[in-house]
Amino acid sequence: MLAACHECDLLNQVPALESGASAHCIRCHAVLYRNPPNCIENGLALTLSSLFLYIVANSFAFLKFGTPGNMRTTSLVTGIETMWQEGEPLLAALIATVGVIMPGLMIVLSLYVLLPLYLGRRVPDMIGVFRALLHVREWAMVEVFVVGILVAYVKLAAMADLVPGVSAYAFALLMITQAWTLSAVEPRIVWRRLKAVA
Amino acid sequence: MSASILTAKDAGLAACHDCGTLVPFEGDHQHCPQCHAAVHLRRPDSIARSWALLIAAAICYVPANVLAVTITDALGKSQADTIMSGVMYFLHHGDWPLALVIFTASVAVPMSKIAMLMYLLISVQRRSVWRPVDRTRIYRIVELIGRWSMLDMFVVTILVALVQLGFFASIHAGPGAPYFAAVVVLTMLAAQQFDPRLMWDAVEAKDDR
Repeated sequence: MLAACHECDLLNQVPALESGASAHCIRCHAVLYRNPPNCIENGLALTLSSLFLYIVANSFAFLKFGTPGNMRTTSLVTGIETMWQEGEPLLAALIATVGVIMPGLMIVLSLYVLLPLYLGRRVPDMIGVFRALLHVREWAMVEVFVVGILVAYVKLAAMADLVPGVSAYAFALLMITQAWTLSAVEPRIVWRRLKAVA
Repeated sequence: MSASILTAKDAGLAACHDCGTLVPFEGDHQHCPQCHAAVHLRRPDSIARSWALLIAAAICYVPANVLAVTITDALGKSQADTIMSGVMYFLHHGDWPLALVIFTASVAVPMSKIAMLMYLLISVQRRSVWRPVDRTRIYRIVELIGRWSMLDMFVVTILVALVQLGFFASIHAGPGAPYFAAVVVLTMLAAQQFDPRLMWDAVEAKDDR
């Protein structure tokens, strides 16, 4: 099969890949194709795990902080609310976008495409939704937020009592499942499957 | 390059940005038959857009580093911290691994990202043919590391949310924080607009002569 490298435009003849193998551009070595095994099935399983973790991560507090009798808890959403009330609407909106909205969209859009593909069905505008998903990915920054929790933890531990909440662990696991989903799902395979059901 | 090397552009083909489908290129305003995305030979106005976003980022970079990103009020005293003084705080407390993480994410990444993108843009404009494989690698690094600069903005949000009235201290976001956030977003957009294939176009143009 013929494919143009997205980084140097070279036309590469890509052979059929073994399961788990990847093809690189012969000139600039960019990854052209990967062939992760059971792409749709694994992608769907991981996305469902992400959904569960996302709900837990955003329903509970990730840090409790203060002195006994005067503990303050925060979830990501209440943190954003505080930021908004503090007179930083721009920053609040940005953190809401990359920390809550985009990671959530990633899960919802993935499910919208992968679940029908798994069942061999067709739902309206799957192609448009999958395109949107490819653009959303770059703005979902769960892994950066997890490191942010870590840094804040060290910074505040010196000041008063600090207890990580259940949500902190959920965020850490969500970071893993989302990164795993990215490596488990090869967009080119999804495009091919979308063509098949259309 | 040997004669066997053929690019999609030379073959009159354009690859779709979103799904990679090769379509015979018939001029702009064409859409991909597979996914309906707009199809171009190269990203439109890549150099101009990338420069515009990058210059805007470079301008915001100054207040982002000079102004305070957090203001801590404690016992009637107010302390303003810039990005760099946040790094120094950890260093003085002997926590150098964390100082390194914050320095990398907040100082080294944005600065090197702006510098690397400027270099790539200038190299394309000068039609440089010098080490295209390595320059493509630089582009990949820029794409990969950009998001990590958002780290400090997450930390500020957590600190502001947790350290509030009712404590011996309270933390607020400083005037530099929105500028810092702007640098992160603008450099990410600038990297998205840059088209690495332009570097290779110069290499092929030289080989054809």
